[in-house]
Amino acid sequence: MAFSIKGIHIPHRKNTAGMSAVRMLVPSMVTIPMAMHIGKPAKPIVKVGDSVSVGTMIAEQDGMISSPVYSSVSGTVKGIADIVISNGRRVSAITIESDGEMTPDDTIKAPQINSKEDFIEAVKMSGIVGLGGAGFPTYVKFATDKKIDTLVINGAECEPYITSDSVTMVDRADEILFAIETADKYFNFEKVIIGIEKNKTAAITSMKNIAAKYKKIEVKVLPSVYPQGGEKVLIYNTTGRVVAAGKLPADVGCIVCNSSTMANIARYIKTGMPLVEKIITVDGGAVKEPKNVIAPIGTSLADVFDFCGGFVSEPMKVLYGGPMMGIAVPELSVPVLKQTNAILALNEKETRTAKTTACIRCGKCTNSCPFGINPAAIAKAYKDKDAEMLEKLGADVCMLCGCCSYICPAKRPLAETNSLAKNLLMEERAKKKEVKA
Amino acid sequence: MENKLHVSFSPHIRSNNSTMRTMLDVVIALVPATVAAVILFGLSALLVIAVCVISAVAGEALFNLAIKKEQTVGDLSAVVTGLILALNLPANIPLWQAAVGSLFAIIIVKGIFGGLGKNIVNPAIAARVFMLIAFGSMTKAVFPNGLDSVSGATPLADLANDKSVNLMDLFLGKCGGALGETCAVALLIGGIYLIVRKVITWHIPVAFIGTTFLFTFAVEGGNLETTLAWVLSGGLMLGAIFMATDYVTSPSTAKGKLIFGIGAGVITVLIRFWGGYPEGVSFAILLMNIVNPFIDAKTSRKVFGGKK
Repeated sequence: MAFSIKGIHIPHRKNTAGMSAVRMLVPSMVTIPMAMHIGKPAKPIVKVGDSVSVGTMIAEQDGMISSPVYSSVSGTVKGIADIVISNGRRVSAITIESDGEMTPDDTIKAPQINSKEDFIEAVKMSGIVGLGGAGFPTYVKFATDKKIDTLVINGAECEPYITSDSVTMVDRADEILFAIETADKYFNFEKVIIGIEKNKTAAITSMKNIAAKYKKIEVKVLPSVYPQGGEKVLIYNTTGRVVAAGKLPADVGCIVCNSSTMANIARYIKTGMPLVEKIITVDGGAVKEPKNVIAPIGTSLADVFDFCGGFVSEPMKVLYGGPMMGIAVPELSVPVLKQTNAILALNEKETRTAKTTACIRCGKCTNSCPFGINPAAIAKAYKDKDAEMLEKLGADVCMLCGCCSYICPAKRPLAETNSLAKNLLMEERAKKKEVKA
Repeated sequence: MENKLHVSFSPHIRSNNSTMRTMLDVVIALVPATVAAVILFGLSALLVIAVCVISAVAGEALFNLAIKKEQTVGDLSAVVTGLILALNLPANIPLWQAAVGSLFAIIIVKGIFGGLGKNIVNPAIAARVFMLIAFGSMTKAVFPNGLDSVSGATPLADLANDKSVNLMDLFLGKCGGALGETCAVALLIGGIYLIVRKVITWHIPVAFIGTTFLFTFAVEGGNLETTLAWVLSGGLMLGAIFMATDYVTSPSTAKGKLIFGIGAGVITVLIRFWGGYPEGVSFAILLMNIVNPFIDAKTSRKVFGGKK
């Protein structure tokens, strides 16, 4: 029997739907971290006092899985120092004072692409990482030696509030088509499937228009059930293929790219301008004027919120990304990252939750889990530090989508416990391997 | 303001349901049956209900104090236990017995096993069975005659002795039995409310009542009228809708719930026709509660990409 991926219905709150992105004022200063991707941080190649322009490389790729970083403003390098990012990690960041001119780097030119290798190199040099939020360097996905037959474009956008992908699919449809055509030239996909939740009608229409121009493209309209945009969920719901725990999309012949990732690949291939700015949704009950904003990477969240009229009430929580999987930041000085697709300032009412009680064994967590694992049982096994049980329960299958925590009437932090359980399981596996070796 | 931002693990929004809201929904769902009990059995019903609920809540509060545990009466689960137990008792039960039953449910069945979510059998069911064995007053049915309730045979006993019963009376509750179990229509309204509010799913009540119906129909040689009389009598509706669906003591998945309901239905009919007691619903649920961990373990959901 086919697996039935479950999920939950959550409020959509797409207040910015249909709002084209507006370019914000040039910030006076940007702080660009060297680690905006999964993998090794980039290595700075500028020094304090250097003049840079928009698109000037300021840090180079370091190692196999890494990504170069470019200046998002024109101006002067003011400092290279460690900052604390949202996960508490200290990373090096380059601070650039803007001259307000936004002069593009005059050495920038469109790359020559004549082969698959050229294409992968271009994606690498574009500085693009998975823009859906995970930040996995995009070129690594294309540089697989596995047989790839399907390109899946993620336009599900299942998180509440966020509309930046939908806006991109509407406003940058031609760029998405161009990126698909270029990639297809070298990969010769059997199919290109664009998966979009059914409530994003404008994005569906826009993508159906490009599908009419390129026959390999199929637009797959998906139910608006969270987490439709989860990579493995999307692959299953568009192709029927199962990516098991520890496996990658390439193992089932798929490459998955976010719609915004594709639009930005096109921009680099057409113009040579690397990833220096992002369309981000700015929303949440505490924000005065919710908007889709084009913000230079490295702009402080404070500057972006200011551009949206500031706050109507004191924010309780400020997030990178959506309320289901986003990361809460400790202060507003943190910068917009490559993979930032939204910044939200939630008020007290939006974050309100009932008191945590004992588990009442209602089963809502396991019944709403997309992958059918049992978070309540995992929580118990984690408490007992029972790695064997965690293995049996499939704790490593968890993608931390948060359905369990959301739905739990006892308000238990199930996703958080799953994350800890997953870590414990990985540590125990590593230990076992060591013993064997 | 900068350092006032809250930082925590995702998700950052939560559904607006809660343990308390869930329990409150069960109480709301029991309102029709409670009102019916008071109308049918009069003031004595109200007294039994009050005594059960108050002793359940007070028992939990004092037990928490005694073992120095955080107070949990606010989650309303003790109210639910007290109310459900009351609806399982006859109107003329001595009030001290009602109080003892309630305390047994809260302290012995739930409290010492670790409180909410930790009990292995449903507290109200276990208390009902305990009282059935301990107190003779439980075995005589009380008929709703306003304030002048009289004791006599239950419709189940009548059915067992091949006496005819009026189906409409059974549906409306004009027959002998415990306070809350006689009025089928009130219980069904409550059940529909719970399903609409997504507190319970249809699986257990439908499997339980459906199995009882089919099995009885076969035993009764295809006589629809007596089959319906059996289905509408005794504690089946109350048990199937409100007690067998207790989260803590029933399976989590749809498949598990169906097995649980079918098992309870089969045991109910076995006891009703061939057992020593006229009613089997309580024993059926109690027995299924005991095998629940096994059913739950065997019917867990398949994990995505898993080998199973």
